[in-house]
Amino acid sequence: MENRTFTISVYSENNVGLLNRISGIFLKRHINILSLNVSESEIENVSRFIIVVETTEKWVQNIVGQIEKQIEVIKAFYHTDEETIYLENALFKIASSLLFDEKQIQNIIKDSQSTIVTVSRDFFVISKSGRRSEIEELYAKFKPYGIMQFVRSGRISVSKQKMEISTMLETFK
Amino acid sequence: MKISGAEAVIRCLLAEGVDLLYGYPGGAIMPVYDELYKFQDQLHHVLVRHEQGATHAAQGYARATGKVGVAIATSGPGATNLITGIADAQIDSTPMVCITGQVGKHLLGSDAFQETDIIGISTPVTKWNYQVTEASEIPEVIAKAFYIARSGRPGPVLIDITKNAQFDQLDFSYEKCTGIRSYTPVPKLNLEKVAAAAALINSAKKPFIIFGQGIILGQAEEEFKAVVEKSGIPAAWTILGLSAMPTDHPLNVGMLGMHGNYGPNLLTNECDVLIAFGMRFDDRVTGKLSTYAKQAKVIHFEIDPAEIDKNVKTEIAVLGDVKEALTALLPLIDAKSHDLWHNEFKELKKIEYDSVIKEELNPTNNKGISMGETIEMINKHSKGDAIIVSDVGQHQMFACRYAKFNSTKSNITSGGLGTMGFALPAAIGAKMGKPDREVVAIIGDGGFQMNIQELGTIFQTQVPVKIVILNNEFLGMVRQWQELFFDNRYASTKMINPNFVAIAEGYHIKSKKVTQREDLDAAVAEMLASKESYFLEIMVEKENNVFPMIPTGACVSEIRLS
Ligand SMILES: Cc1ncc(C[n+]2csc(CCOP(=O)(O)OP(=O)(O)O)c2C)c(N)n1
Repeated sequence: MENRTFTISVYSENNVGLLNRISGIFLKRHINILSLNVSESEIENVSRFIIVVETTEKWVQNIVGQIEKQIEVIKAFYHTDEETIYLENALFKIASSLLFDEKQIQNIIKDSQSTIVTVSRDFFVISKSGRRSEIEELYAKFKPYGIMQFVRSGRISVSKQKMEISTMLETFK
Repeated sequence: MKISGAEAVIRCLLAEGVDLLYGYPGGAIMPVYDELYKFQDQLHHVLVRHEQGATHAAQGYARATGKVGVAIATSGPGATNLITGIADAQIDSTPMVCITGQVGKHLLGSDAFQETDIIGISTPVTKWNYQVTEASEIPEVIAKAFYIARSGRPGPVLIDITKNAQFDQLDFSYEKCTGIRSYTPVPKLNLEKVAAAAALINSAKKPFIIFGQGIILGQAEEEFKAVVEKSGIPAAWTILGLSAMPTDHPLNVGMLGMHGNYGPNLLTNECDVLIAFGMRFDDRVTGKLSTYAKQAKVIHFEIDPAEIDKNVKTEIAVLGDVKEALTALLPLIDAKSHDLWHNEFKELKKIEYDSVIKEELNPTNNKGISMGETIEMINKHSKGDAIIVSDVGQHQMFACRYAKFNSTKSNITSGGLGTMGFALPAAIGAKMGKPDREVVAIIGDGGFQMNIQELGTIFQTQVPVKIVILNNEFLGMVRQWQELFFDNRYASTKMINPNFVAIAEGYHIKSKKVTQREDLDAAVAEMLASKESYFLEIMVEKENNVFPMIPTGACVSEIRLS
């Protein structure tokens, strides 16, 4: 079986220590987590983990089984890129002088459909949401001018298909 | 009613029906010990000599009774000493609740005296764990702990309680836990899958049943026997499945795995339908996976969804409670006898008997006492009614191969973790859990010295366990591997042992040492007749090997008879 990118989503109780348990499952199998995002979900008091890994389908199935086994995990799913809408967010901090001295910069910002978050005397900050490749492309464009700071978030995603989790949770109430 | 957190711990344990627990005191758990003192007429605490012993005793108790075993320890070193037993319980699905003391909440994370992150350390080896920092949390958390430990696929749970939570007051009331929204202990049985499984079983020419501890944990021994008897299918056990069905049952064809029987291993790669009940295709059972039962369609009856297709690809997976599944299966299967197929097992059994078993049970060539004949001697005098608790090594494989069992929950051994030092404390727990049964621990000279201090617990509690040391003055199992796979280089496996009998006598335990074959019979008889604990050291052949054997990484059909 070939390696592919999978997005694992985990719906769980919001409990201390669960991240440790979940990351341990990847550690045991020597699988590197490419990206990890934890936040509230659409359901009150339920957290959602989004974990991106590159592995085989057999392994991801196995891992999802082990994750679901954890007491506080309500449900875990895995999806391929084709089955999800996903993006990352990036912030670029760039010297303000460039905004005025380098005409090209303004074009880059416009063309990339990124937004200026803030402008101060010394620097300005641009936010860009999109696929990894789009962010990387933007990075490459800014790079020659000098980037003071750069940061990219973990992947967030929603599935194209309906997730039955909310109705499932209703039955517990 | 306002009480302290420590008293709440005791009242919760009593509400869960606990009357016995194993532990060792220390600073961070002293408030709970103080309450144990006050409640000693209702809750019996056994002072072990090392916290590892507490976990193994709790495991032995749980495995013999089917109830949750309880162990308790202080923070820091007390807590870390529990870890081996917890890991052992996790991999062998043994229900256990461990309670550890912890430094006060205000000190957490400050590297305080005897502070250790036991939640972090125990996370990979517990079914669930939780740190309590407020007294008011205690009832709900302990209720959850017992529910999680014993439900579904059982396992160990650890509750860490800070010292302030033990001292503080709470309004006490207790409600047993009956469900957790994120936890489905038993998947719902799908009757269509059962029907599909029955159809496949009925169509099979050479069906083969393999069963594990799931039958015992699911209390499905009767239902299982009924299915085996009606279907006439040969059935083989994993070492944790041993005793789920009487050893002498005619349809019971023996043990699977690395040191299992010849027929069941070889014929795994001959059967057309392989039906697994409550077992997880451990690598010691399957050998090389890429050649394991490739010709067979596999049906897997299992409670834990994560086990399905983990190691072996199944044709039909029947998730759910095995007792319920077997009950649904019974009317759907045809009554058959599979005589020709059974003959294949019988022929291979004869080959194994002639080349291995005969000599092992009745050594002729001037050799010393064999491990196999000592197990036979115990069978002779116990008549198959004893609980046998074995440690880890060659003697364990001999015990599991040759001990006879008439009833379930009688074989207690460390399967998945293979923990040396398990048997002595586990036997204490088993005997305390089942005082009416004979409990015999079978231990190597190596493993005995890993928890030898528990002789002190035996002496202090007067628990009448029988201890048999099979002394080959070697770490036998490792020596066997060195002989077979490392050109006889016996690196650090020779043991120069102390005078074990003197040590046992130092603990005031009745003792005997046997060096001659002719003394074996009387010594075993005397040991089993004793009303008190008894220590029997048997000097056995030094360089004996356990066969058959499937070398690691080899295929089950490459099983060697010598
Ligand atoms: C705690 C632990 N350490 C090491 C091992 C590796 N090991 C497996 S069997 C064995 C030898 C056991 O020797 P002994 O207790 O004398 O029993 P014998 O094999 O001679 O019957 C060893 C060292 C283990 N299983 N457990």
